[in-house]
Amino acid sequence: MPAGFSTLDFYFILPELVLTGGALLLLLLSVTVPKQDGVLLGVTLVTIATTLVAVSAFAGLDETVSRGLLAIDGFAAFFKVLALLSAALTVLMSAPYLRVEGLKAGEYYFLILCATLGMMFMASGLDLITLFIGLETMALSFYVLVGYLKPNPRSNEAAVKYFLLGAFSLGILLYGMSLLYGATGTTSLAGISAALSGQETSAVLVLAVILVGAGMGFKIAAVPFHMWAPDVYEGAPTPVTAFLSVGSKAASFAMLLRIFVEGLPALAEEWKTLFWGLAVVTMTVGNIAALTQSNLKRMLAYSSIAHAGYLLIGVVVGTERGVASMLVYLGVYLFMQLGVFGIVTAMRRGDIIGDELKDLTGLFKRSPVVGFAMLCFMLSLGGIPPTAGFMGKMWLFGAAIDAGEIWLVVIAVLNSAVSAYYYLRVVVFMWINEDEPAGSPIAIGPTMAVALGVALLGTVVLGVYPQALFEYAQSAASTLDGITSSIALR
Amino acid sequence: MSNNANFPLLTLIMFTPLAGAVLLLFVNKNSTNAIRWIANGFAGLGFLVSLPLWFWLDMATPDWQFVERHEWIPSIGAEYLVGVDGFSSLLILLATLMGLIAILSSWTAITTRVKEYYIFLLVLQTGMIGAFVSLDFLLFFLFWEVMLVPMYFLIGIWGSANRLYSAIKFFLFTLVGSVVMLLGILAVYFYHHEVTGIYSFDITRFHQLNMPFDLQWWVFLAFFLGFAVKVPMFPFHTWLPDAHTDAPTAGSVILAAVLLKMGTYGFIRFSLPILPEATRAAVPWVVTLCIIGIVYGALVAMAQRDWKRLVAYSSVSHMGMVMLGMFALNAVGITGSIVQQINHGISTGGLFLLVGVVYERRHTREISEYGGLSKVMPAYAAIFLVMTMSSIGLPALNGFIGEILILQGIFVVNKIWAAFAATGIVLGAAYMLWLYQRTMFGTVDNPKNENLPDLNLREWATFIPLLILAVWIGLYPKPFIDRLDSSVVRVMMRVNSADVSLNAGAPGAGVQSPVVSSDLLTLDGDTGDVIELPVRGGAR
Repeated sequence: MPAGFSTLDFYFILPELVLTGGALLLLLLSVTVPKQDGVLLGVTLVTIATTLVAVSAFAGLDETVSRGLLAIDGFAAFFKVLALLSAALTVLMSAPYLRVEGLKAGEYYFLILCATLGMMFMASGLDLITLFIGLETMALSFYVLVGYLKPNPRSNEAAVKYFLLGAFSLGILLYGMSLLYGATGTTSLAGISAALSGQETSAVLVLAVILVGAGMGFKIAAVPFHMWAPDVYEGAPTPVTAFLSVGSKAASFAMLLRIFVEGLPALAEEWKTLFWGLAVVTMTVGNIAALTQSNLKRMLAYSSIAHAGYLLIGVVVGTERGVASMLVYLGVYLFMQLGVFGIVTAMRRGDIIGDELKDLTGLFKRSPVVGFAMLCFMLSLGGIPPTAGFMGKMWLFGAAIDAGEIWLVVIAVLNSAVSAYYYLRVVVFMWINEDEPAGSPIAIGPTMAVALGVALLGTVVLGVYPQALFEYAQSAASTLDGITSSIALR
Repeated sequence: MSNNANFPLLTLIMFTPLAGAVLLLFVNKNSTNAIRWIANGFAGLGFLVSLPLWFWLDMATPDWQFVERHEWIPSIGAEYLVGVDGFSSLLILLATLMGLIAILSSWTAITTRVKEYYIFLLVLQTGMIGAFVSLDFLLFFLFWEVMLVPMYFLIGIWGSANRLYSAIKFFLFTLVGSVVMLLGILAVYFYHHEVTGIYSFDITRFHQLNMPFDLQWWVFLAFFLGFAVKVPMFPFHTWLPDAHTDAPTAGSVILAAVLLKMGTYGFIRFSLPILPEATRAAVPWVVTLCIIGIVYGALVAMAQRDWKRLVAYSSVSHMGMVMLGMFALNAVGITGSIVQQINHGISTGGLFLLVGVVYERRHTREISEYGGLSKVMPAYAAIFLVMTMSSIGLPALNGFIGEILILQGIFVVNKIWAAFAATGIVLGAAYMLWLYQRTMFGTVDNPKNENLPDLNLREWATFIPLLILAVWIGLYPKPFIDRLDSSVVRVMMRVNSADVSLNAGAPGAGVQSPVVSSDLLTLDGDTGDVIELPVRGGAR
């Protein structure tokens, strides 16, 4: 064993090892076991569940392991739980979708687990290299997943677009990281932070902030780096879109927070200005573009761009409360966003693709429960109580007010009001239009029912009684190094 | 803080309608009669369980009553904190009564998607009551927004021609106002933490804050946007005529009778006592908007050809009066404002019901389609007359009491304002009487009107409570005004502090009114003394 490593380091990455083992087992099973769909689904879910148990075994720890490469802290655990939960729900809603589309399940689940593995390293990485490898692991898996509908030209186009733009953005990110390394002589976040403290801000450092910010901006789909999102969201298999918009976004935010809050507190003024601007244009452009979409997946793509804008408020605030409110929001976002995509997935039937707004016509009349669930998700995305989205937004805006970011938050609430328009348009199609519904009836299988049930429960319960999430997010945020506590209202 | 019922009365009142809605979920959507009975039953039950608020309310204490307090989101200090005073108890009674009437009035009017309709009405009911009982600002906001969704559906699904446009307009206007208000709430919350070190949304704590003027002013603007849209005040009123016109009858009744009161309730409960200095500074601006609203609403009402739109614009004018009385910032004006809120609920609610009755028979609201109805529907015409008179403030009916108090209150502050307000009353009489004349008098020259049936028993039942209340408040308003004392004192304690710039010109302007009880008058005198009476106020 090389110097500095110990068996303890393997102990601390037990969850990741379990996940890797499960993923490899899946590959093996997919070529050996006949009649495999149920088995593969079972193995995938068991792997995720075991990993979740392993993650929770480290709850409460705040350790730096593997020679400073990885953090085992509450912040990492929170994002690992988010990644695993969203993977589990994605897998549950994928099962019937794969059947309808006639896709092979083995590689698909393998890639989902690989992406999840990447997300977990993005959450706990304390070194630019670890973070970058985590990001790359996730991104590569997604390039393949987005193009998984091989005969479908839209899916192919989406995959190529995502790959090209993704590679380009990773290049930019890497360039920024190399500048940071050049300026400080280290890739460790703690080392960078120490090297920069007390140092004069130089043009190189500002450039590094801009490049790293732009690279992360691509990943979270912040305007003006969002161009890929609508096409990719529309072309990708719907469950993959769901996973992309929740898991990938959450992990990218984790990485963004790690780099900027832990690594670059000395440049806080610069990156806060950068993200202030990004937040404003992201939510505004996202919401305005969503207003006119007629394709549901495209609309949700723009809506998720807007949500990235809201989340950036938390980064701009940068205090413990700001980060905690982001975590709350991401937790809430997981349920509502996966719920919506679950329903869009269920809309895909043998005779209809079902991702146009007009395909929702008469949904409530035909399947009242699905219609009600969709109503809850839409209200939640719009931030209207008593749904979880309201609690998330309320606390995010609260953190901004606490930090004195009044104009930012005014722009955000006005955006939030605009967004209600297009979310309600969906409701109009489902509940109010009297036309005959298109396509064959919607069948919700058992796995889809579980996925939708969990999403709906999360959306409603966290809207009425969010205490547990608030508490968890607060304790997770407080473990992020370099975080400042709240700033009093002026 | 106390709970003289010794059991969670307010929770019971709040959730009775919701229980009905949940029960309805499990009823087959085709058994429409069962659905109607259940909905009416729960609405009736909801009214009955709210009656203790009238009988058990302790008028002598300035404390909050029927208080319940439980943890809700301890990590941010939000609580399930409910309680009432005289003011909110009256509005709750109004809400439960009007909710019952609205549900009863829909029996034959709604024939499609019956189950969803009653579910939405009952959920709306819970939302309204919840907003009136919440003493936790976050809880209040939650209920405040919850009301939007069922109302949106009521207009959007069961409304008339332009319903989708009206529904979304209603939703977005209110939403923009309320999200900005949320920022104001959060600003107060963090300020409260800064000075006390405690995270809390408890409004009784907020009532003791003395915020710096700048902050007060910004928060006032934020609250103002939220509440003024709801009232609605000119120039935020444009959603109202559309929403009213296109809503089904029950929706209009609830909207006029209760939902609009959310705005005025918000001003009295939050803006005035939490932000007293900003309130005083805003008086000239708010009063200007009120006066424009009063006159403009009345003039536009006069020009309407649609019966329901006319009543809707009359609401704009009347709610302007309510706001004007409130911003007199003296005890008489605020009392009048509250009484007039109740009155507006009764008379305008009644007028919308009356439009609904003929609309159900003729399916048109064009005033020119009618004429001479008093010959074919004499009972209807009689009730319409009472409601018209109530609306224009004829003495011996409820509207008079509210208007005279408001005018008294505003007169001592500024005579010119009072003169404008009086103009509004005159114009009100003009458009209402003209409406009455065009629809009820003359000959029945439209053959379609010749055989219209008069009111049936169920329709009578919807009007009788309103008639009783109109006459009761008109002749003997004391029981209503007495229970407002402590609420008004609480507001006055805060608003009327030493540096009164507003009614400096009217020291001791004696507003000796026989209908205002003595407690109010002590506050009406020399304003400089008022702060010497802290024992009565909301401070605790």
